[in-house]
Amino acid sequence: MAEELDIREGVDRETIETVRNMGSYKYGWDTEIEMDLAPKGLNEDIVRLISAKNHEPEWMLEWRLKAYQRWLTMTAPTWPLLKLPEIDFQDIYYYARPKSMETRPKSLDEVDPKLLATYEKLGIPLKEQMLLAGVETPEGEAPEGERRQVAVDAVFDSVSVGTTFRESLAKAGVIFCSISEAIREHPELVKKYLGSVVPQTDNFYSALNAAVFSDGSFVYVPPGVKCPMELSTYFRINAENTGQFERTLIVCDKGAYVSYLEGCTAPKRDTAQLHAAVVEIVIEEDAEVKYSTVQNWFPGDEDGKGGIYNFVTKRADCRGDRAKVMWTQVETGSAITWKYPSCILRGNESQGEFYSIAIANNMQQADTGTKMIHLGKNTRSRIVSKGISAGKAQNTYRGLVSIHPKAVDSRNYTQCDSLLIGDKCGAHTVPYIEVKNNSSRVEHEATTSKVDDEQLFYCRSRGMDEEEAVALVVNGFCREVLQALPMEFAMEAQSLVAISLEGSVG
Amino acid sequence: MMATLDKATALDARLARLSVPAGGFAAKARREALERLSAAGFPGRRDEYWRWTNPTAFAAPEPARAEVPAAQPEMFDGFGRIRLVFTDGVFDAAASDALSGEEGIEITRLAEAPDVNWAASVYGTLEAAGQVPVLRPFATLNTVAATDGLLIRVTGRVKRPVNVIYRHKSEVSDPILHHVIRLEPGAEMTLLENGPSGARFNKVIEVEVAEGARFHHIRAQGPDHKRQAITHIFARIAEGALFKSFTLTVNGRLTRNECVLWLDGDNAVAHVAGAALGDGADGGFHHDDTVFVTHDALNGESRQVFKKVLKNAAVGVFQGKILVKPGAQKTDGYQISQSLLLDAASQFLGKPELEIYADDVKCSHGSTTGAIDPTALYYLRSRGVPLEEAKSLLVLSFLADAIDEIEDPALKDEIVARLEAWLATHRG
Repeated sequence: MAEELDIREGVDRETIETVRNMGSYKYGWDTEIEMDLAPKGLNEDIVRLISAKNHEPEWMLEWRLKAYQRWLTMTAPTWPLLKLPEIDFQDIYYYARPKSMETRPKSLDEVDPKLLATYEKLGIPLKEQMLLAGVETPEGEAPEGERRQVAVDAVFDSVSVGTTFRESLAKAGVIFCSISEAIREHPELVKKYLGSVVPQTDNFYSALNAAVFSDGSFVYVPPGVKCPMELSTYFRINAENTGQFERTLIVCDKGAYVSYLEGCTAPKRDTAQLHAAVVEIVIEEDAEVKYSTVQNWFPGDEDGKGGIYNFVTKRADCRGDRAKVMWTQVETGSAITWKYPSCILRGNESQGEFYSIAIANNMQQADTGTKMIHLGKNTRSRIVSKGISAGKAQNTYRGLVSIHPKAVDSRNYTQCDSLLIGDKCGAHTVPYIEVKNNSSRVEHEATTSKVDDEQLFYCRSRGMDEEEAVALVVNGFCREVLQALPMEFAMEAQSLVAISLEGSVG
Repeated sequence: MMATLDKATALDARLARLSVPAGGFAAKARREALERLSAAGFPGRRDEYWRWTNPTAFAAPEPARAEVPAAQPEMFDGFGRIRLVFTDGVFDAAASDALSGEEGIEITRLAEAPDVNWAASVYGTLEAAGQVPVLRPFATLNTVAATDGLLIRVTGRVKRPVNVIYRHKSEVSDPILHHVIRLEPGAEMTLLENGPSGARFNKVIEVEVAEGARFHHIRAQGPDHKRQAITHIFARIAEGALFKSFTLTVNGRLTRNECVLWLDGDNAVAHVAGAALGDGADGGFHHDDTVFVTHDALNGESRQVFKKVLKNAAVGVFQGKILVKPGAQKTDGYQISQSLLLDAASQFLGKPELEIYADDVKCSHGSTTGAIDPTALYYLRSRGVPLEEAKSLLVLSFLADAIDEIEDPALKDEIVARLEAWLATHRG
């Protein structure tokens, strides 16, 4: 691969060496654990089986079957700028559960130590006394009680293995549990909100998800409550040839606030794996939700073998006046990414923000962006997208800003910047703009360029090597988005940006 | 299946009304175009490339009736032009200057072109190349059925501009015109187009700009508010060559102007600009600029500057794309689309696209939409400028970037005069 690269002025041997040594994915190991797998393939029986395994009520099964029937009539979208191999939906396991999870452990103490060890190795603390690495306040600087805490729901293949800090959250009235549990324990809430933002039949992959989702997280923040800690879900795909279909539902009631973090990894395997998730967020009057993702699924090797196909539908509905949502994403993983976290700004004066860094290296393909649908008066939205392409990767920003006739006095600002590293990759921008009244103002800017030679030269003249210099320039390029991330993720994201681009200088 | 049948039926119905010229140098190109058209069919509302403009009017067997517009003072008078007139799509020799006689340029009518002809290698070829990656079936229809047009070969630097004037005399005229222009290496010409064209107008211009040649194009569409027009420009720009096109549209119920450019040679330059002013009061105004620029050589420069001023539920559409192919290093691509909405019912729909496969490039696009800046308006009024005049001034300044794309100052003045006249009659 390195031989094919056009060797430019300013590239030294060392860089080319590093390019040769590419493909080190930190989370590529797997956990050997006995699994319960449903038979391969997809049919009505599998849908029934997943529903039964989760001990779901009848209405939920019917809901799934309706989605499945509809999915059969749908076709996968062909409009993304993605070279998509034919996916055999009958060659996938739709349900994989660690054997030890057959009877649900009552507390984290009963969870198989192997599973806990997996998360520990990933740096995800499932023991409540632990704090997230990197953000621990040094001794003496803050009293014990003021240290930052993060509650985690850990999803392993098809099931949630545990949720931390449930009691302290319950004290505040916050419900944070797996969605399968929510269907059993809080059916009235789930019935009311599930599918109300992303209907079963919204698109091909969301219909598939609605039929076969096995687990995911559920959050309900009651009126007026500021969630006392950040909530987090960590997704891990472990078993081979499985698809992960998780469903997240977040309801933030009037005047409430929650910040939600999502992380994901998968082992290194030769065959591609499917991940089709749905995230629905409901935001009522004066409520605010921050949703941050660091997506680091296995991207496949440098020849494009293996990796996760990531087809995700994420949508937030600002139902009440002055509701606010902020999506922040750092997309460095996945062989293929198809993802458009969207904001429906229904309430008057509601606000939507989208900050994104998408990095595609080697043979990765990403088609990602957002939709801002302005329906209410005086609504505001802001889009900052930074796309970085390296190797032979293709990176597309695709977005929609729509201002409806009744959304008077609204405002949108969009900035999409693309950075190209090397002459074999591609960077594309496909924005749609629809403005249907004249009291609103919509601005869109996009640029495409390569890493600036002068900036590199300056860094090099200060004694940095080429890699460090590129990492610094790229971090500067992404700064606006990195700053929007919660602290826990900002540091991880920053180093991830550097790792993802390791050796891509050219 | 149903949809396919419908498409075929719609195409048959349209073709049945046309008298496709037989024989001649273009026979092969027309035959091949018909095959392509039969395979493609007409686009429907669900086609991505037509998401904001309804193609039905262009596909319908008959045009909607359009009243003949009142006579207007002639544009480009005093520019020493070669005046060539088409009345309802037919070349009007009596009203035109002589086709021959000017040094450095050969002009022939498509309808009278000899069987052995330099244009045989161009007619329909650029249009055919323009079908990838998006189909443009109405241009293909034009290649199949164009009844007239001009074949212009430029061998030197032609001082006098060629002014093609369209006249509209019949309420049901439905002209299909196809011009082919070839500028030989180092040649230069200016093409001016103006005048109401017909009830429905389908026009294609194919332009080959050879090495070092320079092509200037200034077009003033209308005034003919009731007409519906679809036009295409296909241009291939060779090494060191220059292509510049500016279009002014004032009114027109439905207009789609497509421009497909290839920068095939190193150091090629292509600028395409448009200013549209639309008042939807009298039966609607829908104006669509669709541009596709392909960079396939080193050091190319392209600029797209499109401005729209919209009032009374007028609709402005912009679909612009810059494609930079692998290896087209040092490309400088720029694109701006801006709309000024003068009332709450008007709308702007845009898709400014970049598709880039080379790293050492500088490409950017911008798009803004909004109302007249109240602060600027307030400032002008505080200086004693009456409200309507102040608005006109701000509209003119908004359009300035697009108008500045016209190199020749006299031609620029001519366009500004046209603009001012429109603003004077569309106040309030």
